[in-house]
Formats: sequence, structure tokens, C-alpha cells
Amino acid sequence: MKAMAGGYARATDVQHALDLLAGADGMGRVLAGGQSLIAAMNMRLSTGDMLVDISRIADLRGVSVLDNRLHIGALTRHVDIGADPLIAEHAPLLAQAVGHIAHAAIRNRGTIGGALAHADPAAEFPACVLALGGVIHVQGPDGTRDIPAEDFFVDVFETAIDEGEILTAITLPLAESGEQHLLRETARRSGDYALAGLCLVKRAAGHRLSAFSVGPRPVLAVAAMERLDAGDIAGAVSALRDEIDPPSDTQASAAYRRHLAGVLLTRAIADITGESA
Amino acid sequence: MTEAFRDRVDIALTVNGEAVEARVPASRHMIDFLRLDLGLTGAHAGCEHGVCGACTIHVDGQAVRGCLMLAAQADGTEVWTLEGLTETGVIRDLQDAFVARNALQCGYCTPGMLASAMELLEQGGIPDRTTIREHLSGNYCRCTGYEAIIDAVEGVAKARAGKETA
Repeated sequence: MKAMAGGYARATDVQHALDLLAGADGMGRVLAGGQSLIAAMNMRLSTGDMLVDISRIADLRGVSVLDNRLHIGALTRHVDIGADPLIAEHAPLLAQAVGHIAHAAIRNRGTIGGALAHADPAAEFPACVLALGGVIHVQGPDGTRDIPAEDFFVDVFETAIDEGEILTAITLPLAESGEQHLLRETARRSGDYALAGLCLVKRAAGHRLSAFSVGPRPVLAVAAMERLDAGDIAGAVSALRDEIDPPSDTQASAAYRRHLAGVLLTRAIADITGESA
Repeated sequence: MTEAFRDRVDIALTVNGEAVEARVPASRHMIDFLRLDLGLTGAHAGCEHGVCGACTIHVDGQAVRGCLMLAAQADGTEVWTLEGLTETGVIRDLQDAFVARNALQCGYCTPGMLASAMELLEQGGIPDRTTIREHLSGNYCRCTGYEAIIDAVEGVAKARAGKETA
């Protein structure tokens, strides 16, 4: 099918984009990489959007270390996340995720900010930022807000971004020496959305575990993290299965997804233990 | 402020090396722009939601989904479609290998396959078959069963690396 947009405007900077959104009578829609939005528009799942194209705002792109945190501009593309030396050093979980996201041609245009703002429950980056304890930075007519990932993802395709606000950056703590990151997922074909997936981060202070494609939003598996810290792997698997509420659909049943999450955790622990031995 | 939003957007870009200026509807994606407005029917519109890969073109040196990019976003870009890639001869060896190995039947996926494979081959070296499969996993072919396509890409990679002829 063909898209039916209400209009298009190219923003020159963030303030311009905010002004455009403010003038869009509630129909404003931020266009970044467009790899989910334009697909939805083509399928007429979204019509009449007043598109605010932020993709040319250079200030919103790139990776740097600022104030001892990893700063990732919202418009940084998947392909660049996968190749960036700062990402590889300070947040290797994100680099691991890139290989699982769709296909090369889509990774060439898709952006990390777009993935977080879109908040697909099956997407990798939201779960990664949750597991890493990241902060999402947004800017709106009333200034900037810094939202912890734990408070950011609300429901399917729904985040804490308010009307008129734009996601500008993500910041993450720098990986400590010896910190281990692992992303494991199962999909029927390469590039498909995961049936279930996990992000595991092992720090000196303890484990962090998030799960995706097992509910309306990525889940920080707090009870499983506590069991992992106690060295109780079977208990962690059991806790994880209790903490998630996966959907049944044409791809997999809820029971199968719950089973799969536990299997992935068992394997992830084995892989991390193996690597550190 | 709404006057900044346009139903129709003026763009200036280069397509296959030629300067193009156009006024495009805000909703028009690149494939409809190329096919319907410019008459360049090499890139195909398949699923129109980014799954099949038949619309793969090159924008600013990268393979992208033509159906997931608006023509309005192409202002100032350098676009290459199969027509231009054929004329310049940059993938002549790859096209010859597709023919030699029967790596196409109906041909619907072929422009996208070539555009995607070209990007992989440009990275240099000899990718193993798993890497080739992974790179082409976003391009559907309903005729060949893929083996001949993988053969063709692998053969060209080896030939380009000077280790054997395709």
C-alpha cells in the first residue's frame, strides 16, 4: 500500500524540530531513520502524520565519552553502533545486538533513538539500555528531562516521552574492567523479531538481566538477578519464568516463550562462566 | 508554524550520476519516485514494508530499502539504481556470475540481490558462505533456493581476490 502523510518538514536543529512539533496540532510525528515508521505508514497503520524529519540534525549523531559516561546521539545508526570503537569498549552489549537487528540495508538507516522511541517489545536496543541501566534524554518545549530506562518503557510502542518532546541521546555507565555483556535470542530466521531474548550484564556489583519479546515492554528481571547474585542458577531460571508474561501469537505460544527464556538464561550463564574461566 | 509542513517537497539529488530536480508528494517513497517519476524500473517494489529486499538501492554509498525512505528525504543524496550500476560496469562480474550460475529465474529479486551483494563485496576479502547468507538474509528469492546466488557471490569474491576465476 501507499503512505498517506499529512505533510513533511525537515528540521534544521532541535529547537526547529520542537517548534514544528508544537505547530502540528497533535499530529506531529518525528521521522528519524524511518525503518519502522515508513513501513507503518506504507501499511496505513499510521496516516495523516505531520512528519518532522530530524535525520539531518548533525548534533544528534555520534558516540562520545562525556563526564565518565558513554553518550550516544539519538540519530546514531545501527551500522555505526556496530562498528564504533567506543561502543565496543564501553558497551559491547549494543554491538552484539546490532547483528540481530533486521538486515544490513535496514541497519544502514535505522537509528538507536528511533528504536527506543518506537519501543517495539521485541526490539533489542530497549532491552540492552534497560540491562545497562542507561538514561534516556529528551528535550521538549519546557526543557530537557533525563529518564532512567527503568521508567522509560511503558507499554507496547509507548514510552515516557510526552507529546512535543524529542529523544535526543542515551547515556550509559562505562563498562568496568572485567564486566561481561551477553545478548542471546532465538528467532525463526535471521533478522526476524526474536521469539524471546535476554540481555545479561555481569558487574562486580552483581548481575543485571533484561528480557525482550516476552511481554508488552522489556522486563528487568529483578528477582532473577538476585538469584544470580546468590549463585542460584536454577532459582534464577525459575524466577525469570515467573517474572515475564509473554504473549501467544502465530510465532510462538506463551508457554514456549516462557520455556525459551529459561533455556536462554541457562545458556547465557554457561557462556559467561566459560568465558571468565 | 504549520506552513513549514509541505504536501509536496522540492528535492535536488543525483541519480545514476545525473542531476535530478523534482517536486515530490510528501508520502512518496523512493521506489515510486524512481519508477513512476523517473522511469527507472530496475529497483522493484515488493512488500513495501522492508521485508523482501527487492527495492534495495544505493544511497550515499550504502545499500538501503527504497520503500523505507521517502523521496523527500533524498534531497542532496547520491542515488544509484541497477540501471546506473549496470551502465558503469561496476558489477559486471557479479551480473555475469548470476547468469553463468543460473542465480535468477523470474528476476524479481535480482536487482535487490545485486545491490545487497555489491555492498558485501565492496567490503573486500572473501566472505564465507555463512557471511554471504547472513548478508543476503534480507533479500527474498522464491525461485532459486539461494544456493546459486551464494555460489555466484562467493565466486566473484574469490575472483576479485585473485584466487580463482568466477
